[in-house]
Amino acid sequence: MNDVQRQVYIDEAAELLSDLEVSLLALEERPDDAELIGRIFRGLHTIKGSGAMFGFDAIASFTHQLETAFEAVRDGRVRVTPDLIGLTLDARDHIQRLLHQPAADALSTEAGMRILARLCTAAPDFEPAAADVPRSPEVPAEIPAAPRQYRIHFEPHPDILLTGNDPILLLRELAGLGECSLVAQLDRIPQLDAFDPEQCCTRWDALLTTTASENAIRDIFIFVEERATVTIERVAEPARVPEARCSAPSATLRVSADKLDSLVNIVGELVTVQARLSGYAAASGSAEAGLIAEEVERLTERLRETTMSVRMLPIGETFSRFKRLVRDLSAELGKNVELTTEGDDTELDKTVIEQLNDPLMHLVRNAVDHGIERPEQRRAAGKPANGTVRLAARHAGAFVLIEVSDDGTGMNRDAIRARAVERGIIAPGAVLTDQEVLSLIFKPGFSTAERVTEISGRGVGMDVVQRSLDALRGSLSLASETGLGSTVTLKIPLTLAIIDGLLLEAAGEFYVVPLSNISECLELTRRSARPARHSLIEVRGELVPYIALRDHFALSGDPPPVEQVIVAETREGKCGFVVDRVIGDHHTVIKKLGCLYRHVEEIPGATILGNGSVALILDVERLAAEVMRETCRN
Amino acid sequence: MAKTIMTVDDSASVRQLVGFTLRSEGYEVIEAVDGKDALHRLTSAVRLIVTDLNMPNIDGIELIRAVRATPACRYIPIIMLTTESQDSKKQAGKAAGATGWIVKPFRPEQLLAVVKKVLG
Repeated sequence: MNDVQRQVYIDEAAELLSDLEVSLLALEERPDDAELIGRIFRGLHTIKGSGAMFGFDAIASFTHQLETAFEAVRDGRVRVTPDLIGLTLDARDHIQRLLHQPAADALSTEAGMRILARLCTAAPDFEPAAADVPRSPEVPAEIPAAPRQYRIHFEPHPDILLTGNDPILLLRELAGLGECSLVAQLDRIPQLDAFDPEQCCTRWDALLTTTASENAIRDIFIFVEERATVTIERVAEPARVPEARCSAPSATLRVSADKLDSLVNIVGELVTVQARLSGYAAASGSAEAGLIAEEVERLTERLRETTMSVRMLPIGETFSRFKRLVRDLSAELGKNVELTTEGDDTELDKTVIEQLNDPLMHLVRNAVDHGIERPEQRRAAGKPANGTVRLAARHAGAFVLIEVSDDGTGMNRDAIRARAVERGIIAPGAVLTDQEVLSLIFKPGFSTAERVTEISGRGVGMDVVQRSLDALRGSLSLASETGLGSTVTLKIPLTLAIIDGLLLEAAGEFYVVPLSNISECLELTRRSARPARHSLIEVRGELVPYIALRDHFALSGDPPPVEQVIVAETREGKCGFVVDRVIGDHHTVIKKLGCLYRHVEEIPGATILGNGSVALILDVERLAAEVMRETCRN
Repeated sequence: MAKTIMTVDDSASVRQLVGFTLRSEGYEVIEAVDGKDALHRLTSAVRLIVTDLNMPNIDGIELIRAVRATPACRYIPIIMLTTESQDSKKQAGKAAGATGWIVKPFRPEQLLAVVKKVLG
């Protein structure tokens, strides 16, 4: 409080006092003038209020008594008499004296008391209320205390914003008191159409650890006491807010695979029913039905994703099994081989992982046995004596890529070629791409090992890898550089339960072909002219053998004048399938056929369509092999 | 940009004290001598109003009601200055939509604490 400010108060008070004098004299003439009484009251009020603020405590306390007396006058409890006016004028003069002599001494205090005593007689209703005399505000000393924990529930009334109070600021202030965790309860927020942005429908729960007192916490909400429900509870034991995601030691549950399979099956059926519902809703044209169908679709999709994710397992466990294999193998072969893994946490469908075990074992064995050289050979080639076999997994869209690579000698293309010719797999003069040459090692009966080793050369060969991958609807590619090593990349679908297929129709029957197999669709018009069951079609200068599903499955009825040919890429080369109609993409949930059909290899499964009818899923590779056999025979 | 606060009081000393305290903290301060003056000077730039209750012309309660009825200013925090003896006034102010209050006499730091509380 500086002197300039005190001087402003003194000037103002002097002005108020002279105004008070004029008003009092006027009041003597018009004792019932409410306007005048109000003016006098306001004057006294300001002198008192400001007096305390600027350190004029004596004025504040004295004027407070005077104001209380005038409150009785204003409220009509005490009548204005000339005696009262005289006394008030005396009191006014007393204030003026105090103004210039701020430190009230005993003498002036006594003078003040005398005036107040006389006021009491003049206004009998008036009791000097000494107890609540305002004083210069004091800042209570902060007593440091041990941190305590409080649970605070803050529930503002919806109209709290209309008072200019911002709940966020209050919460921020609360958080400023100590360590605070806040949870907003949003359940009362209405739907968008009923939502009023001027209403606050959120409630908050806070857990606060603070050295501040309960009163200090309550003070934060002092302005909103009447517009909010605030409860503050002391928490007996320091405890944290239980986290929504409880980090319980064991949050996993063992569930039998059968139950999971059954769940997947039911979800598959649900997807089908949902497709029917959507179709029905669209056909009905009802907006309400459309909304419900949309909601069901959304939920089904989520359920499907969740169910699929339950079946997902990280591949790391499978990878780690090969550490032992590599260790034993390298000891047996006198090689130093190390296995490194990458992407251990890549997740794959449980069934896929199980079926990957065999092909991976063959690939790892092959890499150690044929890929990695002996230490002396490695040193001679300027490579570290220790060879490395690397297993790496990573996601690529709906597929997982698994690489098995080694830093060994690489594949000898000429040796592979010579061997393939020797074994009658290819003709001596065959023109093959590099990839095709390398792929020869996966052909049945192929083995390039110079000597039959204990490990790899048992006549089983790498064709096991190819067969397993077919079962997984996966594919593989090879890369190899002489002297530097080889890499086999397996491309595996994330799940076996669902495929993206192309829906086809022939003679009223539905078929699904995995979309990944199909390269193009063509029209076929000259079918009637063809005498043979199997024939060839020219696709951009290339002759492609084809098979008509109508003939193959002995379907009755006449084909339409214009048919469609689906050209699929298979290991046997391109192959066409003639159908009546191509319907389009179909997200296919694969259902196993009963055990009666277990040996029908061309049809690994079936799916149920939106309209409830069954579509058979075709194994293009097997069909193509059949086509090739028949074509050759003819 | 400095936040603008309007102080409304018929007492020049209070206006000056409030103004001095707030300006020294970097706020812009508009001083109004009563409710009528305040409504006249009120703009959307004003982020907070600190008003006395006992004032000639338009008093604090009426000022609060008028501000709350002005769409652009509906949500401005309004702090009223009251005294211990004015509990009924305080209740009337709250009912009119005052954000909070400061009991006179107050120290500058109390004023600043409340301003920070409602202004963030």
